[in-house]
Amino acid sequence: MENIAVSVKDVSMMFNLSRDKVLGFKEYIVKALKRQLYYDEFWALKNISFDVPKGEVLGILGLNGSGKSTLLKLVSGVFKPTKGSITVNGSISPLLELGMGFDPEFSARENVYMNGAMFGHSPSYMDTLYKDIMDFAELWEFADVPIKNFSSGMSARLGFSVATRVNPDILIVDEILGVGDFRFAEKSEVRINELLSGGTTVLLVSHAAETIKKLCTRAMILHQGSMLGFGDVDEICELYQKSGIGS
Amino acid sequence: MTKKHFSGIAVIISGILFALCWFYLPVEVAGQRPGNVPMLIFYNALIAITISILLTFFIILVTKKSYILGHISTFNHFRHLLLLMVKRDFVTRYRRSVLGILWSLLNPLLTMLVLTMVFSTIFRFEMDYDYFPVYLISGQLIYNFFVESTSLAMNSITGSAAIIKKIYVPKYIFPISRVLSSMVNLGFSFIAFLLVFIILRAPLHWTFVLIPIPILYLIIFSMGVSMILSAMMVFFRDIGYIYGILTTLLMFLTPIFWPANMLIERSPRVYHMIHLNPMFHYVNYFRDVALFGVVPGLWANIICLGFALAALSIGLYTKMAQQDKYILHL
Repeated sequence: MENIAVSVKDVSMMFNLSRDKVLGFKEYIVKALKRQLYYDEFWALKNISFDVPKGEVLGILGLNGSGKSTLLKLVSGVFKPTKGSITVNGSISPLLELGMGFDPEFSARENVYMNGAMFGHSPSYMDTLYKDIMDFAELWEFADVPIKNFSSGMSARLGFSVATRVNPDILIVDEILGVGDFRFAEKSEVRINELLSGGTTVLLVSHAAETIKKLCTRAMILHQGSMLGFGDVDEICELYQKSGIGS
Repeated sequence: MTKKHFSGIAVIISGILFALCWFYLPVEVAGQRPGNVPMLIFYNALIAITISILLTFFIILVTKKSYILGHISTFNHFRHLLLLMVKRDFVTRYRRSVLGILWSLLNPLLTMLVLTMVFSTIFRFEMDYDYFPVYLISGQLIYNFFVESTSLAMNSITGSAAIIKKIYVPKYIFPISRVLSSMVNLGFSFIAFLLVFIILRAPLHWTFVLIPIPILYLIIFSMGVSMILSAMMVFFRDIGYIYGILTTLLMFLTPIFWPANMLIERSPRVYHMIHLNPMFHYVNYFRDVALFGVVPGLWANIICLGFALAALSIGLYTKMAQQDKYILHL
């Protein structure tokens, strides 16, 4: 058990989608009394189980809406699973979408410190990382500019720099490698490889098989909430392309 | 015996003890009884809720040590975040204003000035205490802290949706950070209070050193109410509007600018009813120690602490039980 970083056991996630828009309080009461408040149950994930050993890079392949992001949010603790259990050993740095929890009103500097604090790092510890983070993101000129004035590429760069610099045990990456120009993409690949040789566990999500092939050792395919395949990255990528989901 | 039985029995025993104290403790020991027999039942229920929830927490603490230790280590993990959020709240509050932080001091002073003008000319109350501005600003201090911290905290979870959707943070961090940043403001208001106190040469009593006690009670109470409100806000946004009206009502039901004992003769029934208002007790407690040199009796302490712990334990309970559902409603 000690060398397992993430253990997902028979996890299912259900969302309630309200079928018709309830317009007001009166209508809500009336409908509740008549027991007409129907919800559509939507199972975003169905009985997913897998283990990720420490230091492994696991690729997750799937189309939009296949449950990839839900799975990552479950692992990072944002959602709690409806059924099943998830055990995580070590600190997680989730890199979901662009810029994790940046406050648009605040400057890049303040956001870096806030983000560090979310990973449990003290401001004095962040002082030592700050230079590195800004060097990597190449955002020194904009250190005191509020994030709301940043372009999406800039905030993605900052987000990537912070998430990979706070020394996480487990890094969760959601489609982030596609952001930024090719030079930054190359740089971030180098950084990911650095982290890997340092023993960081990575969960990488993509709908492109090439990205997964380049970085991962094992992979899985998600399709409409179910796991279609899990195993060696080459086999899985082949399966992904053959099944016609990926093309 | 199950936990339920255990806490049930404890509640019954505490209820009997409470009732015995109510009827047989002499006034010299316990202080003036707050209200009449229906109030006894209300307070008793309040204390019973508190005791049963505290007992449940205690049982969890004993039987599931790892659960509590887990929560403590999570809190430890996020303490830097909490401090940064407090700092941020405070910086944003006065960003772009010319006088900046000075407003924290000026605001209570100027409000006090306006209210003093209004209530010493247009509306006048007969008072035993000669220093009306001191009386007024002390009530304002307590009431404003409560309203400010709870109103800010109410929106804290819905306002932090961006963070909550991206990363796991224990949800109680948000309301608590707002209460803490209001505490900084309370410090400034207290300086304003001291200024007025000194300038008007109000009589100083030794009980002045007891001031931290009511403030502590009030902070615990505000934290509890903040957690409850912020949780309600997630599921029921209308609470924002309702609370705005409730605080206005609360302002008039709290003896900020009228003398607390005015109602005893004028309308005893309303006087008893007003004991339902927690702020009534906090304001009275604060004034007893700060202005009148009275040491509050047993009842005053039981009730202030009772309200505080009841609010805190219900608040913590809602956070523990429901924090995973918030994300689905943000």
